[in-house]
Amino acid sequence: MSKAGKWRRFIPFYLMMIPSLIYLFINNYIPMFGLVIAFKNVNYRIGILKSPWAGLKNFEFLFRTKDAWTITRNTIAYNLVFIVLGTVIAIAVAILLNEISTRIVKNVYQTIILLPYLISIIVVSYIVMAFLSYDTGFINKTLFGAIGKEAISWYNEPKYWPFILVVVYIWKHFGYSCIIYYATVVGFDRGYYEAAVIDGATRWQSIRLVTLPMLKPTIITLTLMNIGRIFYSDFGLFYQVPLNSGPLIDVTNTIDTYVYRGLITLNDVGMSSAAGFYQSIVGFILVMLANWVVNKVDKENALF
Amino acid sequence: MFTHNKAFQVGANFIMILLSLTCILPFILLISASITNESSLLMNGYAFFPQEISWDAYKFLLYDSSSIVRGYGITIFVTAVGTTANLLLTILLAYPLSRPDLPGKNTFSFLVYFTMLFNGGLVPSYIMWTQAFHIKNTIWALIVPSLMLNAFYVIMMRTYFTSNIPNEIIEAARIDSAGEMRILFTVVLPMSLPMIATLCLMVGLGYWNNWTNGLYYLTDSSLFSIQNILNRMLQDAQFLASGMAGEAAAELAAQLPTTGIRMGVAVLGALPIMLIYPFFQKYFVKGITIGAVKG
Repeated sequence: MSKAGKWRRFIPFYLMMIPSLIYLFINNYIPMFGLVIAFKNVNYRIGILKSPWAGLKNFEFLFRTKDAWTITRNTIAYNLVFIVLGTVIAIAVAILLNEISTRIVKNVYQTIILLPYLISIIVVSYIVMAFLSYDTGFINKTLFGAIGKEAISWYNEPKYWPFILVVVYIWKHFGYSCIIYYATVVGFDRGYYEAAVIDGATRWQSIRLVTLPMLKPTIITLTLMNIGRIFYSDFGLFYQVPLNSGPLIDVTNTIDTYVYRGLITLNDVGMSSAAGFYQSIVGFILVMLANWVVNKVDKENALF
Repeated sequence: MFTHNKAFQVGANFIMILLSLTCILPFILLISASITNESSLLMNGYAFFPQEISWDAYKFLLYDSSSIVRGYGITIFVTAVGTTANLLLTILLAYPLSRPDLPGKNTFSFLVYFTMLFNGGLVPSYIMWTQAFHIKNTIWALIVPSLMLNAFYVIMMRTYFTSNIPNEIIEAARIDSAGEMRILFTVVLPMSLPMIATLCLMVGLGYWNNWTNGLYYLTDSSLFSIQNILNRMLQDAQFLASGMAGEAAAELAAQLPTTGIRMGVAVLGALPIMLIYPFFQKYFVKGITIGAVKG
């Protein structure tokens, strides 16, 4: 077949891709170039393109405030806790689930623990409110009421929130990672376990010496992928679950909530776009680094 | 294998039951609050069993408040249109990329991959959608930005096509001189139904639960989806009453079971998922496991 003929054969395929590529270009690629507005002094009236350049001024303002440090610290610290605790709990539950002998019961557990993952973070905010609301909340009224403890104004006390946010996050997400680990454990060759039994291994020994080592590649890959996302946070978790409460801002402000507040609430496009630029670039570097490490450790599971 | 010794099974089941309760009880608290009499709720606080049952909140939500019914309608419309559009775009991109000999395949694949590694973030997207596309306060705001195509799903779909649809079948259809589009829709897609079902559920869930698009791009509350109404009511309990007109509104607002209503809307926002999910659990689990372990 001639070269032109070969190309002609593929024309229908290229036509098929056009709508999707246009969407990707608009939704994903234009905003990438749009990151340059971090270096501009945006003036909507004369348009983005004509707005004057601001050099590094937006960044100077951003990094001179205490906010830059707070949002970086919060975003990274919460994510680290989520990764460590989330992984440990998910693996523990996955192994436990695998040990349950009745299949139907196993299925029921699996269905139930995934439920919180499927519910929107807004509904989760309502649930948290039902627990923490000052005059009527379950904890203050029912629990503390029963043991005669003084009510706590949860939404005004920053010191409890690192703990609350971790609990809410783990509650919502452990089922999801658990199912990934469980699927991996189920796929293991039964032969290894039979060999372990013949060698006289106890159940605990077979978990420690067979299951965990075989899970290692999955743990490494998922963890590195999470580290690649360490500069991003779940906006709803940090904005809506604490009800956007002012007194809590020091422990609930992450890069994502900061960008949103800057853009919509304060209308400070300069500061907001500088923080967004910072997130995109550092986030990109971290993804590349994480993938580079996966490539070294376990080529098979690398993203690219 | 290990003999299933009884003590161990009891222990394992005990822990799993505790975990399952941890996952379910919060929803029970929510449901219980929505059917508790308002004054009883204010006096006794939230409880897992309603002390005095009252359906006032739901009566108000379903009969007196047009916002909720409207919000439901909008959510259903947006989920249906958005999921259809997303699946079409995903399939129409993934199928060509699954053809082994397509010239430029790697370049296009890279363009898809790259969107997972790097993105412009909220500020440029917001400015583009509002200033260039004037999407603010239109129904498109809930459908188009960020949700209509996901690189992750494109790659999942492509992998499915390459590993589950034998090339010989496609070649055979081509010899029968069927067009490529026809082959895709009459030969390939009917063989891909499990994957399509999985994607449908994942994308549909994304649309149903999405509230950020409404938060960014909508100020006109008549376009609010159920999640946007919920979101607004988190900070403004009187929101539904304020949507009603005139004196009747003020009078009604004074005696509304506010807390019950808020919890009732939250239940209504989560209920369809909780009802549908157990029947499709298999597909959700599949979507999560293949997506995470091998993109």
